[in-house]
Amino acid sequence: MSSQQDFRAATRQWLESNCPESMRTPMVQDEIVWGGRNPSFKNPDGKLWMERMAERGWTCPTWPTEYGGGGLSKDESVVLRQELARINARPALTSFGIGMLGPALLEYGSHAQKLEHIPKIVRGEIRWCQGYSEPGSGSDLASLNTKAELQDEHYIINGSKVWTSYADKADWIFCLVRTDFDVPKHSGISFILFDMASEGISTNPIQLISGSSPFCETFFQDVRVPAANLVGRLNEGWTIAKRLLQHERTMISSFGLASGQSDRGGTTSTVASVEGAAMHYRGDKDRLSDPVLRDEIAQFKIDSEAFAYTSQRSIEESRQGQGPNATSSMLKNYGCELNKRRYELLLKAIGSQGLGWEGEGFADDELQLTREWLRSKGNSIEGGTSEVQLNVIAKRVLGLPDILSINKK
Amino acid sequence: MALVLSEDQQLLKDAARNFCQQSSPLSVLRGLRDSKDEAGFDAAIWKQMLELGWAGMAVPEAYGGFQFGYGGLGVVLEETGRTLTSSPLISTVLIGATAVNELGSEQQKASLLPAIVGGELLISLALDEHNFHKPSHIETTATPTSDGFELNGNKTFVLDGHVAKKFIVVARSSGNRESKEGISLFLVDSGSTGVTVTRTLMVDSRNAAKISLDKVAVTEADVLGELDKGFVGLDGVLDIARIGLAAEMLGSIREVFERILEYLKQREQFGVLIGSFQGLQHRAANMYSEIELCKSVVRAALSALDDSDKSRQEIAELASIAKAKLSEVFMLVSNEGIQMHGGIGMTDEFDIGFFLKRARVAQQFLGDASFHRDRYASLKNF
Ligand SMILES: Cc1cc2nc3c(=O)[nH]c(=O)nc-3n(C[C@H](O)[C@H](O)[C@H](O)COP(=O)(O)OP(=O)(O)OC[C@H]3O[C@@H](n4cnc5c(N)ncnc54)[C@H](O)[C@@H]3O)c2cc1C
Ligand SMILES: Cc1cc2nc3c(=O)[nH]c(=O)nc-3n(C[C@H](O)[C@H](O)[C@H](O)COP(=O)(O)OP(=O)(O)OC[C@H]3O[C@@H](n4cnc5c(N)ncnc54)[C@H](O)[C@@H]3O)c2cc1C
Repeated sequence: MSSQQDFRAATRQWLESNCPESMRTPMVQDEIVWGGRNPSFKNPDGKLWMERMAERGWTCPTWPTEYGGGGLSKDESVVLRQELARINARPALTSFGIGMLGPALLEYGSHAQKLEHIPKIVRGEIRWCQGYSEPGSGSDLASLNTKAELQDEHYIINGSKVWTSYADKADWIFCLVRTDFDVPKHSGISFILFDMASEGISTNPIQLISGSSPFCETFFQDVRVPAANLVGRLNEGWTIAKRLLQHERTMISSFGLASGQSDRGGTTSTVASVEGAAMHYRGDKDRLSDPVLRDEIAQFKIDSEAFAYTSQRSIEESRQGQGPNATSSMLKNYGCELNKRRYELLLKAIGSQGLGWEGEGFADDELQLTREWLRSKGNSIEGGTSEVQLNVIAKRVLGLPDILSINKK
Repeated sequence: MALVLSEDQQLLKDAARNFCQQSSPLSVLRGLRDSKDEAGFDAAIWKQMLELGWAGMAVPEAYGGFQFGYGGLGVVLEETGRTLTSSPLISTVLIGATAVNELGSEQQKASLLPAIVGGELLISLALDEHNFHKPSHIETTATPTSDGFELNGNKTFVLDGHVAKKFIVVARSSGNRESKEGISLFLVDSGSTGVTVTRTLMVDSRNAAKISLDKVAVTEADVLGELDKGFVGLDGVLDIARIGLAAEMLGSIREVFERILEYLKQREQFGVLIGSFQGLQHRAANMYSEIELCKSVVRAALSALDDSDKSRQEIAELASIAKAKLSEVFMLVSNEGIQMHGGIGMTDEFDIGFFLKRARVAQQFLGDASFHRDRYASLKNF
């Protein structure tokens, strides 16, 4: 206990002297630090903060020091998280490497693969994207068709992926490929890593309904990948793929968590919290004058708090050695539905000021909110749709029989 | 009360459907958005609509109209809702012409209605002042002057406000700001001194504007309806508008639903059509049921408008029933439209997102579901 208190004191002191002031303000979208070969830092403090945190391995606090991680115990990492929250510190580094690939690679990668990739993830030197979905293989991910054929120590990759978030900005991809077409679909999949600068790769950004273009179509034509880049054993990639999805879902489920007083990632604007916005836009002082909306918001808040306790409990349970499990499907589904509700309520809160697209007549944060509302609709699709999560819950948690097994190849 | 279309209405609906599908598909709205079109609607298509007589659909023959009734206008709106056609049909025909026809003097009707039917006049109601629809909460003032009134105030969500030649401005000529007494309507030229129009680009790519009125002079002859007692008439016009809007929403809802069904019968995952999953089937069946209710309330409300035996109270109830129900179901169906299409539903290139955006605006305009449930309860005295 006392060692934990020491750790807290030391951490607090270190953060006090190392977290730049501007990194203790609410995050703004275009200052998120993604890292990568050609990183962009709109705010120079972002670079400083990332580098300082990475040096201690605190961008990935629980990862082994051997690979550049922080080597913290679960308890210590909880303390670090609390201390970061105490000063409202921004995330020093955000990436698919941290949220998805890293944990899977630590579990399934070879020592050489970990040595090559993990430190670069910790330091934000390589930005990763996820090559899972294909035009014909979304929910039925295991039916994927992108092909990898072994030819003199290389896999030759042909096919295409779709909805690949930030494929146009990523340096490397973790990709699911089919290495055997003659066995049941789950048994012919491999998990492979390669450089997006390889010859034969092209990406084509796709615009979302919110107007931004974060995801892409990604094409592979005779892309040569060293055979050593295959993670785990040949044709056993599905296990890794699913494990990674659990990490992804846990990450996405955090959309459902409000941050402190705010519903929108700590912004200070009038539309930061649902109840704040509802009162502000009605000119209410102490009490929201619309009783129906008040009830709806209260219901939402209660669900949010209950969800936060559930996320917390799930972390504590996993600390006792259970790891993310099928309940991550419950968290993902509930968190995403909560986030969608939050945005519906935020728009309700501000009425016709939430109906703008661009230009005059709307404040910047109102326009931003409308776009975020549209973007939130994708939460129940990305990382496996809500329907897929509910199927996983029904099958894996509740043990209900599976009608699809009748249709298995 | 006829809950099925008459033969004439069916013919009109078929013709409207043909026209919209052929001449005004959703790609037109997309094009207007992408080119940041100045008018925000396609003038050539509007001209064809005028030739089809749509601007005079509910206008009496005496004023150049075709006396097809609101039932006629409703079926046209349902079809423009399917293709999300952007045109002055809502602002000028459904609301503007209705206001003039219902409230105007003989002289006002004779001068304005033929111009609307002929397409020379775009006219728009300038009502809302806040982020929420509260038609009796009017702060724009009309202060008497030696030869009329002076108007001061701000209006928002004024449909087609950037291209309208005239506004029907709802202003307070007496009473406190929450009172239904003391509200008057004024015809104001958009070019009048003191009128500033700011076009607002809306998420549904349809047209609206904010308007500020700074010492705008109007005369006694510009008063539409009775001075100080404008609210009752306004409320009646709003109910017609709400019902017409509900008809347009019905068309959009049916279109989204048909697109969903088509996709469920076409997209395969796990080696089967996704429409074979009960998780989706039950939701589709539920939407179908809700849409059946929507069709009924829209028909009931439209036919009540053309039925002279219906009381003001009955129409008000039907308007709130229709707008509440359709707002709720449009949100449901347009959200499902995205979700059931998966990743492709989130793309701009795919049309389904336009319906979600339209749903959000349409449900808000002229009162959202919660406004109309509250109003319904008041109308029913509970
Ligand atoms: C914003 C965003 C970012 C994304 N980023 C990435 C990324 O970086 N990398 C990547 O690989 N992918 C990414 N995706 C893709 C995402 O994982 C897929 O879109 C998702 O898995 C659904 O697949 P699909 O789009 O093919 O939909 P489909 O699988 O075709 O689904 C269509 C509908 O059918 C339903 N359905 C399917 N099967 C069942 C069933 N058995 N029971 C009930 N209902 C069912 C679905 O839930 C959905 O409602 C992203 C998607 C979005 C929206
Ligand atoms: C984005 C996304 C996220 C997902 N997240 C998860 C998740 O966290 N947990 C999860 O269980 N599923 C997850 N899935 C898979 C999802 O559960 C399935 O798509 C859905 O349940 C349909 O079944 P299936 O394809 O997994 O086949 P299932 O019928 O579910 O397959 C049964 C199980 O047996 C395994 N299996 C079958 N044959 C073989 C084989 N030859 N070799 C090895 N294993 C075999 C599968 O891996 C699977 O776990 C996810 C899917 C997507 C698209």
